[in-house]
Amino acid sequence: MMTALKRAVFALLLLALSFAARAQLTIEITGAGANRIPIVIADFVGEPGVSRAVALVVRADLERSGLFKLLDAGVPLAENAAVNFADMKARGADALVVGSVAPTSNGRFEVRFRLHDVQKQASLGGLAYVMTAQQARATGHRIADYVYEKLLGEPGIFSTRIAYVVKSPGRFELQIADADGMNAQTALASREPIISPAWSPDGSRLAYVSFESKKPVVYVHSLATGSRHVAANFKGSNSAPAWSPDGSKLAVVLTKDGASQLYSLNADGSGVVRLASSAGIDTEPYFSPDGQFIYFTSDRGGSPQAYRIAASGGTAQRITFDGSYNVTPRLSPDGKSMAYISRNNGRFQLTLMDLATRQTQVLTDSDKDESPSFAPNGRMILYASEIGGRGVLAAVSSDGRVKQKLSVQAGDVREPAWGPFPKH
Amino acid sequence: MRKELMIILGAALIAGCGTTGEPEQTGAPVEDRGARKIDSTEVKPVTTADPMGAALAAVKQGVLANRSVFFDYDSYVIKDEFKSLVEAHARFLAANPKVKMLIQGNADERGSREYNLALGQKRAEALRKMLTLLGARDDQIEAVSLGEEKPRCSEANEGCWSQNRRGDMLYTGEF
Repeated sequence: MMTALKRAVFALLLLALSFAARAQLTIEITGAGANRIPIVIADFVGEPGVSRAVALVVRADLERSGLFKLLDAGVPLAENAAVNFADMKARGADALVVGSVAPTSNGRFEVRFRLHDVQKQASLGGLAYVMTAQQARATGHRIADYVYEKLLGEPGIFSTRIAYVVKSPGRFELQIADADGMNAQTALASREPIISPAWSPDGSRLAYVSFESKKPVVYVHSLATGSRHVAANFKGSNSAPAWSPDGSKLAVVLTKDGASQLYSLNADGSGVVRLASSAGIDTEPYFSPDGQFIYFTSDRGGSPQAYRIAASGGTAQRITFDGSYNVTPRLSPDGKSMAYISRNNGRFQLTLMDLATRQTQVLTDSDKDESPSFAPNGRMILYASEIGGRGVLAAVSSDGRVKQKLSVQAGDVREPAWGPFPKH
Repeated sequence: MRKELMIILGAALIAGCGTTGEPEQTGAPVEDRGARKIDSTEVKPVTTADPMGAALAAVKQGVLANRSVFFDYDSYVIKDEFKSLVEAHARFLAANPKVKMLIQGNADERGSREYNLALGQKRAEALRKMLTLLGARDDQIEAVSLGEEKPRCSEANEGCWSQNRRGDMLYTGEF
């Protein structure tokens, strides 16, 4: 029987949860990979509450990647248990994760896990982590990263974060969430629009454009402290910040000399240098991962197309030639592909170009795609779209097969930016 | 502003009253020359000149109350139908050199936000150029863009898009 006080606390808790639920970014998988790896993530042995929390995160992460088919183990399996490989084979599994959780002397937990190759009947390795109960999700993400990397040969992104803007009536919020949409935190709340968030390469800062002064101004915002400074507020409009790979400079678009043109400046706003000149609009700069080139959108040739210029300056080279509208060029982390938005029969669609062969592939079937952003392992591309008139985010794998939809319950989401790998 | 002015004037009058005249030498009573109560009818209010206030009132009426110029798709050319409006604002700016203007350019929502920000800027800049050619001073006007971020309507049709392809002129006090 609940006392009045307990009822009140319970009601408050429900209210808090419902607010959190409205703000939470929900991710659904709507398309899976061609050959998903069948895997069993067994329930871990020991400390049932914490074990379950960790294993659930590992399963959800691998499922959401679209590259794994989750199978059932039946029973909890300890990290050092002898594995019945025949049974696993019979279940159709190619891989198996087992684990154990035990309390440590100072109120924490030790999580040990092991990954087995069922075909080879051998252990592929394992790790142990010491964590607090609050770190259960983070630990689950680390385990999922380990499994992903061992089986697919590329780093996992389950411990990364994404930034995006939520618009609700009269309010804009720049939010940062874990890659699975959980733990969303608001970096900036404003009555005026926020666009073009860009992560510094070390993940410690966000550059963005805010309209709080009734004109676009570029800010650099320190995430740990919440403090920020104006990086560019020249006469006219200031926008489209892009970080150099060493994190020391920003390429930006300024109109202080008349038209929208590309400039570079130090992250503290000093040292403005003109990067390129054209008679039209130059915008949306993006550094190649090796820092050698800046890709950008320009209509200097008569229609908006993707170009690149050496970061040290020089002549711009045109990159896109098909169609009359190709914008927002964004290089993959390995520098080999370029994602961008092309307009096809009036439909704005995420497109991928192989820079060596110049072959292109339209990756979506929607018509209002915007703002592509690569995951730091290059596998998925996050972008903004619209479904039923509402702003949502979506992600698609570079081969077009794995598809995810990310939405918030109350509001439109837009302007996504995928953060870098965390520094461990 | 006016209230402070009156108090200062009142104080000046009081100060003036207490210092005139010579003290009587013998016999005569000393008059109380202390502060007199100020009767409000005795103090004539002085209105200082306020050209800015008068000017900024003028832009809220008549043709100057029209602040928006609309553009064709993908265009930043100022159409003939808006030229006399721009002229009227240019004449006003030329006649009131202390007045400042902010021009906010806008674009419809189709396509990339940053490219639309640049398109909005072209519209604001075209307006600014025409105003300065017609008499406004360079330092009176700042041209900025809101891109597609502050639309007047949100339907995905030409009726709405045409309303958002727009430059707005704002005067001092409005931004």
